[in-house]
Amino acid sequence: MKQVIFELKHTERLCENVFKSVFAGDTSGITNPGQFVNVKIDGLYLRRPISVCDKEEGALTLVYKVVGKGTAALSEAKPGAKFDVLTGLGNGYDLSMSGNAPLLVGGGVGVPPLYYLAKKLIEKGIKPFVALGFNRKEEVFFQKEFEALGAKVALATVDGSQGVKGFVTNVLPENYSYFYACGPEPMLKALYNATTSEGELSFEERMGCGFGACMGCSCKTITGNKRICKDGPVLKKGEILW
Amino acid sequence: MVDTKINLCGIELDNPVIPASGTFGYGYEFAELYDINCLGTFSFKGTTLEERFGNPTPRIAECASGMLNAVGLQNPGVKKVVSEELPRLKKVFHKKVMANVSGFGIDEYVEVCRILDKEEQVGWLEVNVSCPNVHGGGLSFGTDAKTAAAVTAAVKKATTKPVIIKLSPNVTDITEIARAVEDAGADGVSLINTLVGMRLDLRTKKPVIKNVTGGLSGPAVFPVALNMVYKTSKAVKIPVVGMGGVSSAEDVLEMILAGATAVEVGAANLVDPFACKEIVEKLPEAMQKYGIKSLNELRGKA
Repeated sequence: MKQVIFELKHTERLCENVFKSVFAGDTSGITNPGQFVNVKIDGLYLRRPISVCDKEEGALTLVYKVVGKGTAALSEAKPGAKFDVLTGLGNGYDLSMSGNAPLLVGGGVGVPPLYYLAKKLIEKGIKPFVALGFNRKEEVFFQKEFEALGAKVALATVDGSQGVKGFVTNVLPENYSYFYACGPEPMLKALYNATTSEGELSFEERMGCGFGACMGCSCKTITGNKRICKDGPVLKKGEILW
Repeated sequence: MVDTKINLCGIELDNPVIPASGTFGYGYEFAELYDINCLGTFSFKGTTLEERFGNPTPRIAECASGMLNAVGLQNPGVKKVVSEELPRLKKVFHKKVMANVSGFGIDEYVEVCRILDKEEQVGWLEVNVSCPNVHGGGLSFGTDAKTAAAVTAAVKKATTKPVIIKLSPNVTDITEIARAVEDAGADGVSLINTLVGMRLDLRTKKPVIKNVTGGLSGPAVFPVALNMVYKTSKAVKIPVVGMGGVSSAEDVLEMILAGATAVEVGAANLVDPFACKEIVEKLPEAMQKYGIKSLNELRGKA
């Protein structure tokens, strides 16, 4: 974990309530796709945990949905605004498990961390299959970005307004070596039951600190109590207790 | 040069800054960030006889200038604390540590204290009779003068280490409980634990915290805590450890001016992991600014 001051470079709206903000600052604390950062927002007591969508040396990209005061303030911040950010939080995905044909499954605002994961896999010469699920076409984002990376992308919307009608589990390929997922808990649970390989799922919980001190975000697993923020947010399929 | 040293129940501390139980784990997360030996000491995660998961999640909610928590004493149980956590702690922290103890019956408090009494690194036993988040548990001990005194007397027989009773603010008169535990042999009191509160989610129409209520901490509670420290330190002769919303060196000085011997820092650690290090570093400067030569001179002058 590193405490870093980031400067906002620009923010764009990707769809209805989803924004992409790019920041300049030291990203060396972020070591794994699937990790998150915890952002201090002026006037709010607790930091806001947001998954890392992409990072390069000196540049951090966050993609987030506006759900409350914190994310609203972030989306409205002007370029040049400074943010106190704890970086490199959580375990992230284990790339070494991917095999040759990994499946990446994202639902709604669970999609962003899979982007950096897809990028790192492609850098290793591994081409992932990306399955994305949204409620309706007005909420769809990042399909083109994944395609631009060179990934094969399948899309599902619950109301059928774009892609295949149904859930993300309706667009899974027949064969894959391993899977990585992030999304709302009902999606993760459906995926847990629908997948035929081992895999890793990223979970969400309300956090106090985000770095393992307060035990606010704990969950029970087959291998004992885990803190979503420190021992997660990524859990192996084999250790999850629903 | 200013003197930041204080003496807490017979043990000298380099400074009065003590991360509060439940906000500092067993220290390792913070030891990765800075040398935690700069602290006066710290109070480790509340320990019970058996392992506890605590309450169902969500167990955190934000408030104006603070937060609610309903963790519910998650901990690995005293045997694992002794066999696993304390040996790891010893590698990163070389001072006496404060052991925070909780229980659901007098026998449990006694047993946990008896086990921790054998640990050389444990300097003090901070006995939590005031956790607001466990049903039928600690709170009933801390909200009644007689039961608080009974826990104190029983624990005192189980240990030779100084016993500091951690008190609840969720009572009519905290000084009455403080006097009762003093009479029962407590070596000190620490206060305040969190104030019971709640938040509701207008979208789901339900409480944000699954447990419905949680304990309020953070800067929002500082004035309440300061007043209780002020009143309690006038009501008892034993040392008072002040806590509640302390976030700066100035807050530490206010607490000591109100009568505190040492000061615990809680929620601030969660939003700024360097909070205690910064408070320790800024304390001499703040003392100079206000013409304070030693904390012992300042104590209780308000």
